[in-house]
Amino acid sequence: MASGVKPRVKVPKTASAGDTITIKTLISHKMESGQRKDDDGNVIPRSIINRFTADFNGQNVIDVTLEPAISTNPYFQFEAVVPESGEFTFTWYDDDGDVYDTSKKIEVS
Amino acid sequence: MNMKPWIAVVVAGLASTAAAQDQNSLSIEGEDMVTEAAAPAHMENLDTIYSGWRFRSGETQALETDDFDNPAFVFVDQGIDLFDKVDGTEGKACSSCHENVEDFAGLRTQLPKVQDGKLVAMEDLVNGCRTERMGAEPWKWSGGQMTAVTALIGLQSRGMPMDVAIDGDAAPFWEQGKELYYTRVGQLDMSCSNCHEDNYGMMIRADHLSQGQINGFPTYRLKNAKLNSIHGRFKGCMKNIRATPFAEGGDEFKALELYLASRGEGLSVETPSVRN
Amino acid sequence: MKLTRRNLLIISSAGVAATAMGSLPAFASLTDDAINELTGGAALGEGAITLTAPEIAENGNTVPIEVDAPGAVAITLFADGNPVPNVATFKFGPLSASRSASTRIRLATTQNVVAIAQMEDGSFQKASANVKVTIGGCGG
Repeated sequence: MASGVKPRVKVPKTASAGDTITIKTLISHKMESGQRKDDDGNVIPRSIINRFTADFNGQNVIDVTLEPAISTNPYFQFEAVVPESGEFTFTWYDDDGDVYDTSKKIEVS
Repeated sequence: MNMKPWIAVVVAGLASTAAAQDQNSLSIEGEDMVTEAAAPAHMENLDTIYSGWRFRSGETQALETDDFDNPAFVFVDQGIDLFDKVDGTEGKACSSCHENVEDFAGLRTQLPKVQDGKLVAMEDLVNGCRTERMGAEPWKWSGGQMTAVTALIGLQSRGMPMDVAIDGDAAPFWEQGKELYYTRVGQLDMSCSNCHEDNYGMMIRADHLSQGQINGFPTYRLKNAKLNSIHGRFKGCMKNIRATPFAEGGDEFKALELYLASRGEGLSVETPSVRN
Repeated sequence: MKLTRRNLLIISSAGVAATAMGSLPAFASLTDDAINELTGGAALGEGAITLTAPEIAENGNTVPIEVDAPGAVAITLFADGNPVPNVATFKFGPLSASRSASTRIRLATTQNVVAIAQMEDGSFQKASANVKVTIGGCGG
């Protein structure tokens, strides 16, 4: 597992049904591009998060493909509609096969 | 598209307002920061002091206004975990003694300070606890663990004015720091003052020179995408002027840190700030 | 031709010159190739997609980018001066409230950021923005 990978997400705790809410996500990751060389001139192998998904109660909100041009500590902001109370699931897929996820509940009135 | 067009317009309008930060006033999570103050009496050559935030572009400035948008907070989160993590022979964590990290409010504003005749920085206090109370290995001065925890502790003072003691026991250290600030060193034969006092606000190639204030450290730099310690930044400056840097955690850098902290008297602590 | 030291120098410097001259158009066509692969060569409309990027990025390591294309199914970002032009693709699911997203990207040099949106009717839209990337004087 890549060391020190830590997801952060910001989702409102409550909303009204059908509301548009803004979601922000950030994960600590080096996003090693595969373009850099170490002090001995050897290419440092690519090691990035290559996919990020956000789902709500099993339905997709956004599905992102990441390339090495995404900055260190990848950040995304996007908008979702919440039809009912439930849980957001956020998933990041690492080149090394690791999967990091976190979830957030939202109360919809 | 399942959103009414007028909502899109309103949302887009809000988004652009939030992103457009007035370059002169900094508000972090709704709390106003002092980024400009009258220079303290001991500064002979400047009338007004400015936080480094004032010298950054609008996009970089905006990153600091919201704790989620500020990438430094992934490291603050790591700091919270480290603060609670048991380490060393005594079976203790930071939080075993310091139950509430909030109790450190105000500490950042007073450091470095003299303790038992020695000038100590926050890193010394952290490593003192680690080696003497926890029986743990000291952390590297500018390593990821140290900067994560100093960011967490410094954050507790955010919004409070910088206020180091420079008289009494501290006076000789402060004098040493001032001497270093004005001494030309390195192949380029430059002192701190040449850039940060004589030429702040000017461009050095494509970079906007600041006054070299330290009220936002440790700071997240876009350049290296991590937290940077005060001494780590001093080291970078010295390398740029082709000088042999002093040691991180050494007497020279601690004295310089005290002097620079005193040059920021009255500016709000912005830890952890975002810089270029 | 006899392989003398002088001839070898001429050959190798010609090779270097050819590579150097070839590199700029090669980057541009890499992006064009990538766009063609995405769109299948379809015509690109303009006007329905908004790409927000700073005119001057203080640091190419972290450049904030926002795209908004009402009616899009997916938006792909390219950077035509990067060693690899692809940056990211956003696919919008049924619970996405707007066809917009923000992220932070790396730009190796001053260049164009290009956004291609695939619309619900299968057509494509394009927007691009030039971002100047400054090289710090005092990287420290």
